[in-house]
Amino acid sequence: MPGGTDWPLWEVFVRPRRGLAHTHAGSLHAPDAELALRNARDLYTRRGEGVSIWVVPATEILASSPEERDPFFAPAADKPYRHPTFYEVPEGVRSL
Amino acid sequence: MVPEAAGAAGTTAGTASGTTEDAALALGDDALVLSHRLAEWAGHAPALEEEVALANLALDLLGQARTLLTMVGDEDRLAFCRQERAFRNVQLVEQPNGDFAHTIARQLYFSTYQELLWEQLAAGDGPFAPLAAKAGPETAYHRDHAVTWTLRLGDGTRLSRERMQRAVDALWRYTGELTRPVAGLAGVDWAALAAGWAERVGATLRAATLTVPEAPARAVWSAGGGRQGIHTEPFGRLLAEMQHLHRSHPGARW
Repeated sequence: MPGGTDWPLWEVFVRPRRGLAHTHAGSLHAPDAELALRNARDLYTRRGEGVSIWVVPATEILASSPEERDPFFAPAADKPYRHPTFYEVPEGVRSL
Repeated sequence: MVPEAAGAAGTTAGTASGTTEDAALALGDDALVLSHRLAEWAGHAPALEEEVALANLALDLLGQARTLLTMVGDEDRLAFCRQERAFRNVQLVEQPNGDFAHTIARQLYFSTYQELLWEQLAAGDGPFAPLAAKAGPETAYHRDHAVTWTLRLGDGTRLSRERMQRAVDALWRYTGELTRPVAGLAGVDWAALAAGWAERVGATLRAATLTVPEAPARAVWSAGGGRQGIHTEPFGRLLAEMQHLHRSHPGARW
């Protein structure tokens, strides 16, 4: 398909009708944002009503690099003082 | 071998010049034939994403065709057993895909017509109101897709603009037929439809930096006749392909 590869890559995030957050659904090629949105609708929502779509040029996304994983994400399991577990929840407090 | 006009038998509510079945056949044939044309793009679209979009439009139209033809009789029999002269679609929808610009121009013209027609029919309480209410949003998307591409091609590169203008001009002569009254379709304000069509299509073409073709003068020939079963030459080949299997194995179940 000539020309198809000239189009930049877009990442698609979709919020399902009953969903609370946008989830990464996949990617696609499109010449601009408007067409990316329409293509995303065709490809990832099957036109289910009431969904919300975000499209983002893939080049706009900065990803953490695998090499930096340790310093970046090293779990704080050995640092218990980081976890809010040292106080008692008073009775009657809701939504905690 | 069917029916010289599948609608001829019906005598239910309709206008003086036709029945509801006549109208269902005309609108159903429009959707069926354009659906077939769009399906021909499968595997040949300029990009994978666009291929999915065109297939989506084709599927919507096929759905509309099934509903409409079922109002007349057996949908398969109507689609596969009628001869060219028994089809009632406008000549616009049978025009070959041509290049991408031709496909988009045809889509722009037709979806604008269909959108306006569904709007009017959905507002009434005639036999087509339920279908029109369902098909309306589909068709709005079809037009949105066509407008999107008309703007990009028209206001794109010099070459894409040339091609889009060529397509707009080439198919213009088939647009007069769109706004002629359809036999059996009551409650449609055709003058308003024609005005709305000219306004919407004109606005899109101008926004795309294209020249709006002039309406054919009365004296000038313009195409039309599809509603009477008179079709252009490429239509016979379309039917040959579409009906081939059914005619080779008539009566088979699938």
